[in-house]
Amino acid sequence: MKIHEYQAKEIFSRYAIPITREKVCFTVEEVEQTASEFEMPVVVKAQVLVGGRGKAGGVKLARSVEEAKAAGEQILGMNIKGLTVEKVLVAQGIKFNSEYYVGLTIDRNSKSVIFMASSEGGVEIEEVAKVNPDAIHKFVIDPDLGMTAFLARKIAFKLFSDFSLVKQAVVMFRQLYQIFVDTDASLVEINPLVVTDDGELLALDGKMNFDDNALFRQPAIEVLNEPDEDEKKELEAKDKGLSYIRLDGSIGCMVNGAGLAMATMDLVKHFGGQPANFLDIGGSSSPQKVIDAMNLLLSDKNVKVVMINIFGGITRCDDVARGLVTALNQMKVDIPIVVRLSGTNARQGLEIIKEANLPVVNTMSEAAQEAIRLCAACQ
Amino acid sequence: MSILVNNKTRLVVQGITGRDGSFHTSKMKAYGTNIVAGVSPGKGGRQVEGIPVFNTVEEAVKATKANTSIIFVPAPLAGDAIMEAAEAGVELVICISEGVPTLDMVKATTYLKKKGVKLIGANCPGLITPGEALVGILPATIFLKGNVGLMSRSGTLTYEMVNQLTTHGIGQSTCVGIGGDPVAGLYYQELLQMFEDDPETEAIVLIGEIGGDAEERAAQYIKEHITKPVVAFIAGQTAPPGKRMGHAGAIISSGSGTAAEKIEAFEAIGVPVARRPVEIPALVKELLEKRAKA
Repeated sequence: MKIHEYQAKEIFSRYAIPITREKVCFTVEEVEQTASEFEMPVVVKAQVLVGGRGKAGGVKLARSVEEAKAAGEQILGMNIKGLTVEKVLVAQGIKFNSEYYVGLTIDRNSKSVIFMASSEGGVEIEEVAKVNPDAIHKFVIDPDLGMTAFLARKIAFKLFSDFSLVKQAVVMFRQLYQIFVDTDASLVEINPLVVTDDGELLALDGKMNFDDNALFRQPAIEVLNEPDEDEKKELEAKDKGLSYIRLDGSIGCMVNGAGLAMATMDLVKHFGGQPANFLDIGGSSSPQKVIDAMNLLLSDKNVKVVMINIFGGITRCDDVARGLVTALNQMKVDIPIVVRLSGTNARQGLEIIKEANLPVVNTMSEAAQEAIRLCAACQ
Repeated sequence: MSILVNNKTRLVVQGITGRDGSFHTSKMKAYGTNIVAGVSPGKGGRQVEGIPVFNTVEEAVKATKANTSIIFVPAPLAGDAIMEAAEAGVELVICISEGVPTLDMVKATTYLKKKGVKLIGANCPGLITPGEALVGILPATIFLKGNVGLMSRSGTLTYEMVNQLTTHGIGQSTCVGIGGDPVAGLYYQELLQMFEDDPETEAIVLIGEIGGDAEERAAQYIKEHITKPVVAFIAGQTAPPGKRMGHAGAIISSGSGTAAEKIEAFEAIGVPVARRPVEIPALVKELLEKRAKA
């Protein structure tokens, strides 16, 4: 889960990390009002949950209240990568003389939280990683020790030679780690971290992502979630134990397991078809899950055929079969369905499917090819 | 031989009284796995399938000399359960639970490393040494005893692959589902080395997926340390970038972690990559025959 810059910086602020004076605004009037209360210049920044807003024209410097108002008019309602800008952040313009990058994330290889720091701030860190990977310093944090003062000092000395900055950085870095742990974050970034003309460290921009698996114990974070239309559907699915991503094709896929679901999509494409979605019904599927999954698939009007590919492990094929039969009894389904069941309780499952007069195939290759054939026949 | 589990495995099931725990306990027992104990706090003294249930893993290990634990507890409790098993003295922990918070896994993997205890998962189907022990939720009927070692980030895709192998008469030494989470226990490198050292394994199948760079690292490791033939498959060849495909690991971010990059990494070191699951048996057969002649 992602949150906006202003929300991340509110969290920073609660942990005594210096940020700019700023206010989030929803209307042009609010932008004008806020700008008139601030010293000039101010920066008006689109708040959207997607990167690259600067390049898209979503960040503007204003030297007067009029300019701020004009920037608000331009940015509010703007479309950035398919998302409409509904709020902007009006922030006090700051004079600074250097920019840095600091961030925390999970490192799969060390199985730990790592702290990343770079003197090349203000640009996308992914770019730095590609062009000049040596410019990013990485430090693994021992979860038993947390961010010790000596580690924070070690990192700070990589960035700063002025000891007064090092001292400020040590406090800030330790707080950042605390934020990461306290909120079950998956990413905490300050980019850029700037040194102001007054010699103070300040978080000019902030970014936070969170571990979806931990949201159950982070109610204060969960309420900040603002899913877009596609994500709403994905979340709705998630509540029902389904993992769903809508795509553009016409073959609705219902599969158990993420890897098999991806391999099923790959196979459909390999044979020349277009998958309508990624849908993983997960493990231990109760019949209700299959009913929910069918509803979800059929809510996409592009779906011309449903292909069910189940390899039972913790999922029992007879559960899937019963769910499918119940679903078909409950709702009107006028598109063809292709079913492939293997693994745990497959024999029992196939008997149920056959009794319901549904066509079954033996392998996923057959299922994909049959689905493509039926799809072509429908059009 | 085989790796990690065999007929000497003495298994304790954490979460034995739950729906999935009890169902798979009966499946594992039916397969012949030596299940010596179950754990379910507050339900000690009961029996499930004739297996004694204890309140703590420590009691279970003391009473039954269990050396391996499998975990079916709900995700919010799984990190703690993993550490409890390690503290109680088992050698290997397999965590099936799906949706464990990442920071819980950071803590648990760190603790297990200090204890010298091996972990598989979380969010994995477990593992099987055909004919000896099933420790997980894998559907037993598809496996065949043999000499191909298999490891995979995905559960059901593993079954698909194993089914292909078995249908073509190619048996397996041990099959391990390592799980799809960002922070997990044993990974490709460790398992590759175990299969390399296992006299019963003649060839290795590695099933990867998009996201991260574990496959690229595995390719590097194979180049440097593995002499046995390896065949690979990568799921997510057609996945759109920026979308998380179920597994936390399965996301392509800004041009890295793509299937194409991973396939290239393997092919560059001479590891053939199947484009479709059905291609796996022929590739394995070819390499096994080559190895037999050499």
